[in-house]
Order: sequence, then C-alpha cells, then structure tokens
Amino acid sequence: MIPTSFEWIWDMGHIVFMGGLWYALTILGIGMTYCIVKAAIDTLKGDDGGHHN
Amino acid sequence: MTQEHRKAKKFGMVIDLDKCTGCGSCMVACMAENNVPFRENETDKLKSITWMRVYKLTNGKPYPKEEICYLPRPCMHCEGHKGHSPCVTVCPAIATDYDMDTGIVSQIPTRCFGCRYCMAACPYHARYFNWWDPVWPEGMEKSLSPNVSPRMRGVVEKCTFCFHRYQLALDKAYAEERRELEEHEYQTSCTQACPSDAITFGDLLNKNHAVYKLKKSTNAFRLLEKLGTNPKIYYLSSREWVRRAGDNYRPGEGTGKIKSHH
Amino acid sequence: MDSALIPEGVKRCPFPRFLTGLAVVGAVLLWGVFAMLLCWLKGLNQTNMNDSYGFALWIWADLAIIALGGGAFFTGFLKYIVGKDELKNIINFAVLIGFICYSSALLILAIDIGQPLRGWHIFWHANVHSMLTEVAFCLSCYFGVLTIEYIPLILENRQIDKIPFFHNLGHNMHEVMAVFAATGAFLSFFHQGSLGGVAGVLFGRPFAYREGLLVWPWTFFLFTWSAAAYGPSFTIFLTKLLEKVSGKKLVKDNVIDLLAKISGWMILTYTIAKIIDTWYWIKYTLPGTGFRLMDFYDDNMLYGLWILVAEIVVGGIFPALILITKKGRSTSSLLWTAVILACIGVCINRWVMVLQVMAVPVLTFEEWALYFPSWQEIATTILPVAYGIILVMISYRYLPIFPQEKELNPVES
Repeated sequence: MIPTSFEWIWDMGHIVFMGGLWYALTILGIGMTYCIVKAAIDTLKGDDGGHHN
Repeated sequence: MTQEHRKAKKFGMVIDLDKCTGCGSCMVACMAENNVPFRENETDKLKSITWMRVYKLTNGKPYPKEEICYLPRPCMHCEGHKGHSPCVTVCPAIATDYDMDTGIVSQIPTRCFGCRYCMAACPYHARYFNWWDPVWPEGMEKSLSPNVSPRMRGVVEKCTFCFHRYQLALDKAYAEERRELEEHEYQTSCTQACPSDAITFGDLLNKNHAVYKLKKSTNAFRLLEKLGTNPKIYYLSSREWVRRAGDNYRPGEGTGKIKSHH
Repeated sequence: MDSALIPEGVKRCPFPRFLTGLAVVGAVLLWGVFAMLLCWLKGLNQTNMNDSYGFALWIWADLAIIALGGGAFFTGFLKYIVGKDELKNIINFAVLIGFICYSSALLILAIDIGQPLRGWHIFWHANVHSMLTEVAFCLSCYFGVLTIEYIPLILENRQIDKIPFFHNLGHNMHEVMAVFAATGAFLSFFHQGSLGGVAGVLFGRPFAYREGLLVWPWTFFLFTWSAAAYGPSFTIFLTKLLEKVSGKKLVKDNVIDLLAKISGWMILTYTIAKIIDTWYWIKYTLPGTGFRLMDFYDDNMLYGLWILVAEIVVGGIFPALILITKKGRSTSSLLWTAVILACIGVCINRWVMVLQVMAVPVLTFEEWALYFPSWQEIATTILPVAYGIILVMISYRYLPIFPQEKELNPVES
C-alpha cells in the first residue's frame, strides 16, 4: 500500500493504481480539512455562513 | 539462492491413467503428509478437503460396453502465460504466488483472509476452503507432520507439490555442498504412495527426468488445455474417450494434439 | 413528541406510529444481526456455501445493491459535472440510497471473508493486478465520498443547524461538493467496472471470461455502464415507493421525467452493447474453449435460455423502450413497470455473472453445482434491506431530503 511495505514494486501497475488511490484520498482529505477549518474560523468570527439549499 | 546458482525448474507430474486402479492411496498419503484436516462426518464431499482427489470417469455406455477410468487430480500448478495462472493473479492479498524458479503455485495460509476468489478462478476445483477449524481425534495430533503448519478456519489451502520436501532435500544437498538435486531426492508423497507406479514426478525441463520423456507420449494430455491454463500435470491414457474427457469439444471437433508448453 | 426535530413546514406521521414501524423493521434487523454474529463467531460453516460454490447468495446481493446504488454517483455526475441542475431536487435521496447500498455492501464483504480480522490484508498487502483489490479500494473510498455527501444532509436537521459550527460546516461542504462528487464519479467508474472485471478476468471459467481493452475485460465497461443506466431507475423506483407510502408527492414530475429519460437512453445503449458483447462472446470467444452457448443453459434445473432472454429483453429492451418515450414516462403504470423491470434486469445480470459462473461445470466429468442458502445467509442478506428501510425512515422524518416537499404539500396552519 505504501512504498515502504515489502511487496511494493516501482512498476506501472503500482504507480497507476496506487497513484490514483492516493490522488483521490488527498483530494478528499484536503477538501474536508478545508471545510472543517473554514467552518471553525467562520464560527469564531461570528459569521453565520449564509443560507443554503 | 536463485537462478544464478541453479537452473530454473518446472516441477510437474505425469499420471498414467492406464495404471491407476483408483485405490486412493495417493489421497491418504497426501492428507497424512500435509496435515489435511477432516471431519467426523465426511459425507458432504463439497466441504471435504482433498488436495489430491481421485475422480471416477465413465465412458457413458451401458453395460457391457461401460468402461471406467480413475483420474487423480492434484493442483495443476498452472503456468498460464508466463506465470499468469488463473488463481494467482486474482488473489487480492498476494497470498498465493507462482514461483518462477520451481513452477510451483504456493499458498500462504497466514496471509489469506478467505475471500475465495482463487477458488472461483480455478476450473479444477483444486482449491479448498477451511469451513471449520481443524479438530484431530484425541492422540492424533501427536502424529501430525512437524514440517507443515496446520491451517485455521477461514482460509484457502491446496496441494503444494509437498514443497516442504523440496526444502528439506535442498537443505540436505547444501549441507553436502551440492547445488542440484537428484531426481529421487525430491518426490511428492502421492508419487511415493502409489502402489501401481502410476504417478511420476520430476522436472519437466530436465532431459534426465522421467517426466520429460513421458510428457511427450502421443497418449499424453492435460485437463482443460484449451482454456490456456497451461497446467503442469500430464495424463497418459491409451483410450481415446479418456483423452477426450480431458477437455471440452464442440460437436464434430477432433481431439486436439498436445501443445507442448513445458 | 419529536416535533422539534422535524423539518419546518412539513407533516410527518404521529411519533407512536413511527416507533411501531421502527420496531417491526428493527426486529428483522436484529434477526439479521444475530445471523451475522453467528457467521463471525462460528465461521462460514453457518452458510451452505461449499468448495464448488465459493461465491453465493450474499455476493450476488452485494453486486446487485452496488449496481442499484449506482444512482448516487451517476446523478451526482449529471448534476455537478454535466450541469443538470433540476436534479438537485432528487440528489439528496440518491445520495442516501447510495450511502445505504454501499455501507451494506461493505458489511456483506466483511461477513463474507473467512478471516474478518485479516480484512486489512487486502489494503496493506494489496495485489494491484487483482480486480478484487480495485473493488476494495474504490468501494471503501467511494463510501467515504458518500459519507461526505450525506453529512451536510444530517447537518441540515433543524436542531443541528442551530449550532453555528455545524451550520458553517454544512455550508462549506455544499460549496465544494462538486469536487467531492467528481472524485466520487472517478472512483465509481473504477469500482463498478472492477466488479465486472472480477468475473470477466476468470479465464478458467469460460462462461464469465471476456476479452477486452488493455487489462480490462469488456465486463468492466459493461458493469460501469449498467450501474449508471439502472441506478437512476432504482432511485426513481424508491422515490415513487416512498411517495406511495407517505401518500405525498415529493419530487416534481419534470425531475423524474429527466432522470427517467436519461436512464432509458442509458439502458438502451447498454443493452445494445450487451447484445454485441454476447454475440462476440458466442461467435469468437467461446469456440476456442470447446464450449457451445447451449452448454451453459442445458441440463440443469435453474439455468435455461430464459434467463438470458429475461435479462436482455425483459430487463433491458422493455424498460428502455418505455423510458425513452414521453408517453411511457408520463404514464404512471408504465413508469412503474419500466423501473421495476429495470431493477430486475440488472439484478439478473449480477446473478448470472456471480452464481451461474459458479454453477456451470467446466471439467467434462463434473456436474452442475446448485446450492440453496442457509437461513443464516438469507437473514444476513435481508439485514441490509431492514437497515436501509430504517435509515430511510429516520432520514425522511428528520432531514429535509426532498427540497420540493414543502412546495408540493403546503401545510395549513
């Protein structure tokens, strides 16, 4: 799963497959971090964030 | 100790079906050698673990023209195309592997988590699932082989060509400062147990091994060759209907000639 | 009693009736949980699976609910990527169904493996060449996406929304939802496909094996396509069912019409692709294996040629033809017929690609392998249905799942 695990090989299969996986996880991680941090900042500022549907 | 020291092998078997009497010694020897578990009630054969299984084939004709043939079926140790055997590539956790040095398809029970995808992939039903934890009759655990770990519930197991015997033979050879084994030094338990000498085991690439010559017989065939599984078990039979039973044929299609992959 | 939790401006059934409903479905759920615990504690010997039938009833259920849950990713894809804005009125429900389907699928997989405590091996010791690895990774990641998509909905509950942090969090998540939806669509294309690949790569099983493109057999593409096609039909089916149960109109006709039309055209194109695939397989793939088509449909109790006809004609062509016509979509009985046939069609496809693959003998001296599931398997397979009903009940009662409900059902005050 990660390059330090012993069965890891730097071949096309691992690069494409794990590359795609970590790419997706990174987007999700950054996205959620952004949402949580911004919500905390907005709350501290007393901003109600507006209405949404 | 890899190819640079030793030539790569392709261990395989030739089973002469004309000699097989269906006695089942190979099955018993295999179970004893490999600590294969069994249950008190073994009537449900779809849940029995038999790394080596003897099938009974008939020519489908009524008596007195009926003929019977017994066919022992271990794991075929398929090579597929360049080691792409049906079961190895599908395993999600690399719990089974095709060894390029020996041609043996291994199984790592401690890594297997029991998804059974390899069983779905194997057309020979050579892979078995441990539906229960192994329970040995009292006292019998003392007679278990110390060279093979018993497997736990929930994992897949199968014939390993008695790989532990290969390792023991290699250890002995190294101690004697040899790099290569003699043909007789590594034999599977089923081969040695067969009273009618129907099973021959050896390196399919080694011209000095009996299997090398036997596999070239015009009576030789393998199971389901057409699927491209490229098995390392060859069968011999002088009877056309037996050879034809080895594969599927469309109406009017002649029995194919053996394709030599090994 | 719980009126403070119910969204403003909508009417819900009395609390005791709601609790009674929960108790009835909850009893079924407990039965399923008991069976699940038996499988975990005593092992898979609790099932009737065997060495010929290593994949069985619940794996079919797993594949079927993932296909049916495909409405979530495809509706998300249509709304956020293609820009079909009307679908915002049904996307919440599609996400909820997707969440239920995928959480159930993961649970089933956790029950199905022989050594559940070693489940992490599939991630840590991943074999990147196995279709099942791809399934496990994409399924888990996409479940993460669905959770992210479901959270803002929970945050919209009247009481939770009053807390400023949660209100802001929900607002922010809505704003970047397109990014999550795009990631979800990316993951879905792969895991739906790799589920098809699971059967398609089995070259030892001529009934399943398909040629393909690069490392992907044709079933890879067919599964993604069919999930995108049939998933929205399931979303429509459940919306209509919920409307029947609640006695209220929840989504405007133009929204249903749009989703039904897209589903119809997708099913039609998928069915054409499936017919071409089947023809190519019969004409070019099978002859080399020594099998004839009828070898897979003869000499057994269950699998006749009818199943192929049921899948392609009854579950493919029929619903497609109804859904692509304006009259079919606007006539209630026809729409109902079409979405039900569609759901049956995709379920038959998944059944065939799992169970018939196992049943067909490949060695010439073997028989068809047929099996009947144990009660533990049946209970464990019903478990996700009960769980799904409970989650829909709770979500519908306390969350604003249908944005048009208030407008369609004004409450007199």
